[in-house]
Amino acid sequence: MITVLYFASLREQLGRSSEQLDCPEGVTSIGELRTYLGARGLPWSRVLHVDELVMTSLNHAMADASAGIEAGDEIAFFPPVTGG
Amino acid sequence: MSVKIQTEDFKPQAVVDALCKGRADIGAVVTFVGLVRDSAQTKSISAMELEYYPGMTEAALQDIVDEAHQRWQLQGVSIIHRVGKLRPAEQIVMLAVASPHRGEAFQACEFMIDFLKTRAPFWKKEYTTQGAHWVDARESDDSARKRWN
Repeated sequence: MITVLYFASLREQLGRSSEQLDCPEGVTSIGELRTYLGARGLPWSRVLHVDELVMTSLNHAMADASAGIEAGDEIAFFPPVTGG
Repeated sequence: MSVKIQTEDFKPQAVVDALCKGRADIGAVVTFVGLVRDSAQTKSISAMELEYYPGMTEAALQDIVDEAHQRWQLQGVSIIHRVGKLRPAEQIVMLAVASPHRGEAFQACEFMIDFLKTRAPFWKKEYTTQGAHWVDARESDDSARKRWN
């Protein structure tokens, strides 16, 4: 199982803040997970489509599409940050 | 060294006092306090809501503090960032940096707020007369961070 979290505008547009998934066949990286989620159709395909509008993290550290994932990992999708 | 994320307001002088308590070797403390403005572009803002990623946000702030310690000779750092609903004129964030000399404290403080704005997972939602919307990330914040590369 992996845990996937969504924050801010992504959370609102996708209508959920988290989910647990059995790591799907062939999904070994954050980029592959994003493609897998995007294949769910709307709104997933639209929300996860634009690279510049989606940041990703792996186990609480910023990570890019090439980062490898495995069971037990926590992956998050969120928009560019706007704190301070 | 202290990193706090909280809904409550804070008193800047108390943060500085805590940073310097029991020490006589600190020569400079530089602070930055960010406030909620009542307008952005042409919109009037009635409130702002801040969301964060528990666990990761603290880790990201800690990384920024560690990086500052590597770059400059610092004697202490405090970061407080508020979350939840805030109204115009309220304090959002405070950084306080202690160093033997002002130059390093000024630079480290600016470095940390530039990194916080682009690397720490916080998101602002503005409530305006035209409805609520998430604030877009600003190109200028990204440029501010990149000058430290």
